[in-house]
This record gives sequence, structure tokens and C-alpha cells, in this order.
Amino acid sequence: MAQDAAHNDHHHEETFIQKYVFSMDHKMISKQFLITGMIMAVIGMIMSSLFRLQLGWQGESFWILNFFLGDKWAPDGILDPNMYLALVTIHGTIMVFFLLTGGLSGTFANLLIPFQIGARDMASGFINMLSYWFFLASSIVMVGSLFVETGPASGGWTVYPPLSALPQAMPGSGMGMTLWLVSMSLFIVSSLLGGLNYVVTVINLRTKGMTMTRLPLSIWALFVTAVIGVLSFPVLFSCALLLIFDRMFGTSFYLSDIHIAGEVLEQTGGSPILFEHLFWFLGHPEVYIVLLPALGITSEVIATNARKPIFGYRAMIGSILAIAFLSFIVWGHHMFITGMNPFLGAVFTFTTLLIAIPSAVKAFNYITTLWKGNIRFTPAMLFSIAMVSTFISGGVTGIILADSALDINVHDTYFVVAHFHIVMGLSAVMAMFAGVYHWFPKMYGKMMNRKLGYAHFWLTFVCAYGVFFPQHFLGLAGVPRRYYSNSEFPMFDELVSLNEMVSIFAIVGAIAQFVFIFNFFYSIFKGQKSTQNPWGSNTLEWTTPVEPIHGNWPGPLPEVHRWAYDYSKPGKEQDFVPQTVPLEEGELDGGAGH
Amino acid sequence: MTTILIILAIVLGTLAILQMMKVYENAARLKGGISALPSDSENKYQSKMMLVFLVGYFAFFAWCYFEYVPYLLPESASEHGVALDNLLAFNFIIITVVFVITHIFLFYFAFKYVFSKDRKAEYFTHSNKLEMLWTTVPAIFLAVIIIFGLKAWLEITDEPAEDALTIELYPKQFDWTARYAGNDTKLGLSNYNMISGTNPLGVITDGSVAQMAAELEAEIASIEEELKTVPQGGLKEEELTETVAKRGRQLEKVKSFSSLDNTGLGNDDLLVKSEFYIPVGKSVNFVFRSRDVIHSAYMPHFRAQMNCVPGMTTNFHFVPTITTAQMKEKTRDADFEYYLLCNKICGAAHYNMKMVIKVVEEDEYNQWIAEQKTFAQTIAPAEDGMAVETTTIVGNEISMIEE
Repeated sequence: MAQDAAHNDHHHEETFIQKYVFSMDHKMISKQFLITGMIMAVIGMIMSSLFRLQLGWQGESFWILNFFLGDKWAPDGILDPNMYLALVTIHGTIMVFFLLTGGLSGTFANLLIPFQIGARDMASGFINMLSYWFFLASSIVMVGSLFVETGPASGGWTVYPPLSALPQAMPGSGMGMTLWLVSMSLFIVSSLLGGLNYVVTVINLRTKGMTMTRLPLSIWALFVTAVIGVLSFPVLFSCALLLIFDRMFGTSFYLSDIHIAGEVLEQTGGSPILFEHLFWFLGHPEVYIVLLPALGITSEVIATNARKPIFGYRAMIGSILAIAFLSFIVWGHHMFITGMNPFLGAVFTFTTLLIAIPSAVKAFNYITTLWKGNIRFTPAMLFSIAMVSTFISGGVTGIILADSALDINVHDTYFVVAHFHIVMGLSAVMAMFAGVYHWFPKMYGKMMNRKLGYAHFWLTFVCAYGVFFPQHFLGLAGVPRRYYSNSEFPMFDELVSLNEMVSIFAIVGAIAQFVFIFNFFYSIFKGQKSTQNPWGSNTLEWTTPVEPIHGNWPGPLPEVHRWAYDYSKPGKEQDFVPQTVPLEEGELDGGAGH
Repeated sequence: MTTILIILAIVLGTLAILQMMKVYENAARLKGGISALPSDSENKYQSKMMLVFLVGYFAFFAWCYFEYVPYLLPESASEHGVALDNLLAFNFIIITVVFVITHIFLFYFAFKYVFSKDRKAEYFTHSNKLEMLWTTVPAIFLAVIIIFGLKAWLEITDEPAEDALTIELYPKQFDWTARYAGNDTKLGLSNYNMISGTNPLGVITDGSVAQMAAELEAEIASIEEELKTVPQGGLKEEELTETVAKRGRQLEKVKSFSSLDNTGLGNDDLLVKSEFYIPVGKSVNFVFRSRDVIHSAYMPHFRAQMNCVPGMTTNFHFVPTITTAQMKEKTRDADFEYYLLCNKICGAAHYNMKMVIKVVEEDEYNQWIAEQKTFAQTIAPAEDGMAVETTTIVGNEISMIEE
């Protein structure tokens, strides 16, 4: 307590630079992550619209391609095949890492962890600040790589060598790839600094009464995400480092027996498959680094707006832990057709299909939470329901891809594109929107416009399925991903109309995002003022003042007496009981597993 | 001009929306402010939209199904592919049922339990029975899926039949070459150091080793000639000296191949481009290498795919069951062909790296094989002018890649 008092005395006026630029306050850092993530997302989204133009109307000329890419990469408005691959690559990299890892975890771990566990700030404000600045630096390098003469990295977001290792193999593997590796190295540093901080904060700085089994599921999800990140990102770092060595210093970790551009390379003894193992050892946990925060946000939003405790709180925690554990032993399912030992393939099939069980538990628990609820359809709630839908729609096709035998014929086709965009991309994006709509009042003290929120939701949700659902059929027709054009194969001629439909949905969906961006910035400046607890929520962040202050709570830290899900508890006047309300005599704590 | 107009339109549009927002919020303020929570009518409206969406989503599913299923891959043209298609159908039935049921519950509950002030939600925190139910039921279904899946997988990846026909598929940026083992039914040795304009797969035979050694010696000699003309101590000198050393090391390796056993195996190998033939009803064992980057040999009509990785050999075997001619009839498409596609991103022309696969009766296959030139014939010295031809081909390759 003495420490708290001292802390408050230190609360002095900050300069503009201290407050908005080199801030060590978790709330400001969260906004910095969010806005940087949004800028990156817009870049990634514009890229997808550009390559969808080519895929929908193959080989046709569009002035907008020329407008964005210039005469070099889109002469006469027709997209260059190398630039097509570059767009696909950077779109993937930005969306997976910059939006859904940095943007999602960075925003919500920073915002929610100190707020919901009842801490004044992160364990280390300085490391937290560093984490953001590494993220920004890495974003700048990644965007900067778009402007080098030979184009940005173009070997796909998975950057498999030798394609990515040899500048002779494609123009994007020159300077563009070097910058990609530099950017990703900075990104990994940012992720690790952030992740360590999140883990330490959750373990050490929980307020009095906040036991692990009273933590909101959002915190459980963000905590486990950080643990996964801390364990897997270093492997990607070493993977990238070895690739840098192969590119710059003539080592042969990933290269062997190569004859390219009329020359024999002298590197022998390495294996590109080693890269795939290292990459996917991060790459698969990465899927859950993206997905778990999304599930955490959804748990909060659904419980709050259904006015009902999340169903099976302990089972939800168990599922998160099971998913996290299994995520480390399934990476081989990305490599079934690399010639790996069939027995090993069988093992990976088995472990991968096991993940379906905790995932199913989560989906069923969300649905049961809605059952006999009292549902308020805020935009955040709509996005959360949409998230459950995409999680199921995309999840079920995972059962086919996890099956090594069935994977043979759909591997690297549009079936895979549809699967991971729906289950990982859409789910995480839906949840991120839900999170922004839900916690916007906490971030800016204002409300977002609900009518625009509804319009944004329906346009986004319908277009999202319009884009990705039909792609399953492309995959089942055998259309490979990352093809600049399908017109070389007569067997794909009948699918032209499907591609056109997908492109129209993609472009309408992309334009619809400007409704959100407009609403976001308009509400920051002109939005209606928020009340302290606008959604009638139980968690601790809603006990802080509307105008955010340094240290979060003006007086002593709140004390926690119950779990976060006492919604509509019988015998209570209101339909929510904040965590700070002491248990009455004889009252049982709902989360304690009675 | 168009650009300016569009920017103008965007700016004006944004301003118009801003004004409309102002009007809307002022009107709302007059009515006593906008509530943070959705009004009853908003809740009702959105809850009904949940049902509308559910119906729309299923309708879209059905429409896609009927519209595009006719254009999916035709029936499998390989033995194991038929089993795979059945397994796929079985899995699809299960996941479609799960998908439909969960979506009905999800959106129906969202519709039914819309907010009402007069009602409190059920305080239902957990139920061990229910949770056990939806842990064990998926587990049982998954066990079935795993068992069927692994059974198929282990059969497909089993050793090829003893009498299987061996064909090597060899990709490079951006085409494929197929190599047949010839009369001895064994593929000749090969090594990437042996690759030249006349020997695209680097096949090792006594003839090709001698030829490659001569080529390298000639190249070394010509670079050494050039070295005499460049200024000493310059960058150019360093570069050329390095190239000489590199070619020297390659030459040593090439010479060492002549002491290998079985260098005769490659003489009767057959190399073909753009299309290759396989006999119907016979097990074919494909082996894959790669010259430069990872490619993937994808033969969707046969439900077959395997990566081609530089530095290692992979394989995949299957039994084709339907000839090209039969498939033309089945699909009522006179132009139908089986294709080999590249399905691992490999560079700018990845999207048109293909080969036509002809599945034919055994007689036709044998006839076609007899027409092909053996490797020994293709590298037989065309008297003089040999070295010149080689360098131009190598030169072409470089320019093609730089394009």
C-alpha cells in the first residue's frame, strides 16, 4: 500500500513525447500497437484486392494496378507475375505476423492484462515500450522492402529455400528477401520482449484475490499465447539466422546439389527440409498464437453480452492448455508430401486430429453459453458470434487436411487457402473487431457508432464467406495456390466465373473496411462519451475511471472476491456482479467448480 | 486525370458522411442521447438477421455445390485414388453434419434468446455430463477417421510392386523432364555436377563423363586465356581466378565419376519433355529430384502429389486405371488431358510449368517407347561444333531466368 501511495505521488504532467511517443504506459502502447496494426492491415488488404483483380479477370488491364505498382510491375495495367508472387507473399506475412500476431496480441495483451488482473502497469514498462518500437521498426523495414528495385520477398510467406536463399532463383530473393529477414528478426525480438513481459505480469502482478481460477478467459488465452510465443519464436529466429548465413556467408544448412542459372553451386550436405521443420515448429504454434487471443476475446464478449456465465470455465482453461501443448507436436502435417517417413506422417496425423477435441469442446461451450442467454446484439457480440461460426466452418475442413492420405490431393490447393483463411484469418479478424468495438470505450473513453458498426459487420461477414467459402471448390477441382493465372490448364476453364465472384466479394469486403476505419477515427474525436461500465461487465477494467490515468486506479488496487462470470446470478438484483463485490455469506464462487 | 477525379470523389464522400453523422448525432442528442446498449428494436432486428444469415449461408452452400460440383475433378484415374475419394466422401459427410448442426444451434440460439428486460439468463456454469458428452463423441468419430485415414496412408506409401515401371520426373525452373529406365529397367546414375546443355538431368555414363570433362577443360582453358588479357590485381582477375578454381573442383568431381560401377545403366535411358506416356493397369513408381528449387509434382487426376527437393530423392507410386481415351469419353470432353502440374511456388512461371500425361494401352505404350531416342543417342557427338552448341544453350538458360 505504501508503494501504491508513492506511485501516485509520482503521477505528474507528461510532455507530448512522453505521453504519445515514448510512452511506457500499457494503455498507450496498446493503442500504438492497434494503430500500427491497422495501417499494416490496410496495406495487406489493398495487396489482396490487387491480386484478386488479376485472379478474377486474368490478364486484363486495370489502371488501378498501374496506379499502385507503376510501369515496372504493372505495365499497361497488367500485373507482372513476379509482382503477383510478391503481393501474395507480403500479404501473407503482414496478415499473419503484423496484424494477427503483433497487432492482435500487442493490442489486447497490453490493454487487458494489467486492467483485468488489477495491476498498475506491465511488469516492465520499459521492455514493453521496447517491444512496440521493435515492432514499429520491423513494420517499417517490411513496408520499405516494397520499394527496392528487385521487388520485395516473393517466395511465399513461408519463404522456403532454396527459392528464398538464391537471388538467381527469382528477383524477390535479392534485396527484398534480405529486408524480409531483417524485418522478421526485429519482429521476433519484439514478440519475445512482449511475451516475456506478459508472462511475468500475469504470474506476479495479480491483485489480491485474483487466483488463477478467477482470471477471465481472455487473460488465460493471452497468457498461454505468450508462453507459446516465448517457446516457439526463438526457433524461427534460429531458422531465419541459418537462412541469412546461407545467403550471405556461403554456408549450406539448407542447400545441397543445386544447379541454377547455368551454374553449379558448391554448397552440399544441407537440406531444404530442415528449414521446413524449423519453420513449422514455430509456424504451427503460430496458428494458435493468432487463434487463442481471438478465442479469449470471444469468451469475454459472448459472456458479457449473453448476460450468462461462460459455460464450462474450467473446461475452457483445460482446452486452452491442451491446444497449447498439442500445437507443439503437430507441425509435420504441413510436410506430409515432402517425402517424410510414412510412419512419422502417421504420427503427425494422429496428434493433429487430437486437436479437434479441445477445439470442439470450445465451440460447443460457446454455443451452450448462448443457450437460454439474454443476448444483446452489440456490434462486438455480432462479431463474436461470427467468430464462432468461422471457427467451426474452417475447423471442420481441418479434419480433412490433417488426414495425411487425404492431404495428398488437396495439399497446397485452394482448399488449404480456404481452410486457413476461414479458421485462422477470419476467426482472428472477427475477434479483433469484436475486441475493438467492445473495449473502445476503455481505450478512448468514447463509444463507437453502433449503426455504422452494424453496417460494417454485415458487409464484412457476408463478404468474408463470399470470398473464402467458394474457394473450397477451387481446391477440390485441383487448382493450386499461388498460381498467377489458371488459363494455362484447360481443366480450370469452367471455374472462371467462380474466381470472378470471389474477387467481387473480396473487393466489396475491402471497401467495407473503410466504414470501420471512418467509425474508429470519427469516434475518437466526435464519439459520444462513454460511461464507466457501458456493457455492465464484471471484469476489473470497468472499475477504472473513464478518463484513463497513469496507474489505472486512483486509490488502492481493487480486491477480487469472485470469478469474472457472475452474470444473471440468481438472487442478485442486477444481472451482473463485478469481481470486486464480496461474496455474501453462504454464497459460492461460481468458478470454483462446484 | 482519373486519379484526381477518384481522389476528389473520396474526399467529397468522406465529407458528406461526416455531415450526415453530425446531423444524425444532433438529432439523437435532441432525443436525449444515444444509449450505449442496443435498443429493443435493434436487438430484435439483429436477432432476426441471425436466422436470415443462417438460411442464406446454407443456401449459398447448396448453390455453390450444385453450380460447381460438375467442374470438380472427374473420377479418380488411379487405383488408390478411388479409395481416397471414398474416404473423402465419408469425411465430408461427417463434417457437413457437424457443420450444419452446430450452425443451426449457434444461430437459432442467437435468434431465440434475444435480450428482454423481463427475463434473466439461466445461471448455468457447467455440466460435467454435457462436457463429457462432447469430449467423447468427437473422440469416437475422430478415432474412426484416424483409423480409416491411416490405413489408406500406409497402403499408399507402401513399397511399390516388384515389377513397377520406374519413371523419374525431374523439374527445373520452369519445365519438367521425364526419364524412363530403358531396356535394363534401371535408371542410370546422375549427379548435378554433370548437368549441361546436352545432359539436362546430369546422367552419368562413360560418354557423358568424358564429354563433360572435355567441356569443363575447354572452359577453363578459355578463361585462362582471358586472364592473360585482364589487368593484374584487379577485381576482374580475382573473379576469373575464382571461376577457374571452381570449374577445376567441378572437373575433379566429374572425373571421379568415371571410376563408379554401373555407369552403363544410363545409356539406354529415355528423356522426354512436354508429354509422357504410361501404360494403363501397371504400377508406376515415380522418383523425383530437383535441379534448383523445391517443386511439387501434382497429378490431381490420379490423386497423387510429391515434393521434388534438391539434394534428395522422393517417390510416389500408383496404378493408372483409365486411359486418356476412356476419360475423354467419360467426361464427354474431346480435349481432355491428364496433367502434371507444379504445386510448390518456384518462381515467376510457376503457373505454367506442366506436362501432359498420356495413359494408353500397353501396345501403344511400347510403340511410343520404341520411337524415343536413348540417352546415348542424344549425347552422341554431332561431329564438330559440339562445344559451341552447349555454351549457347547454357547462355539461353541464363537469359531466360533473368527475364
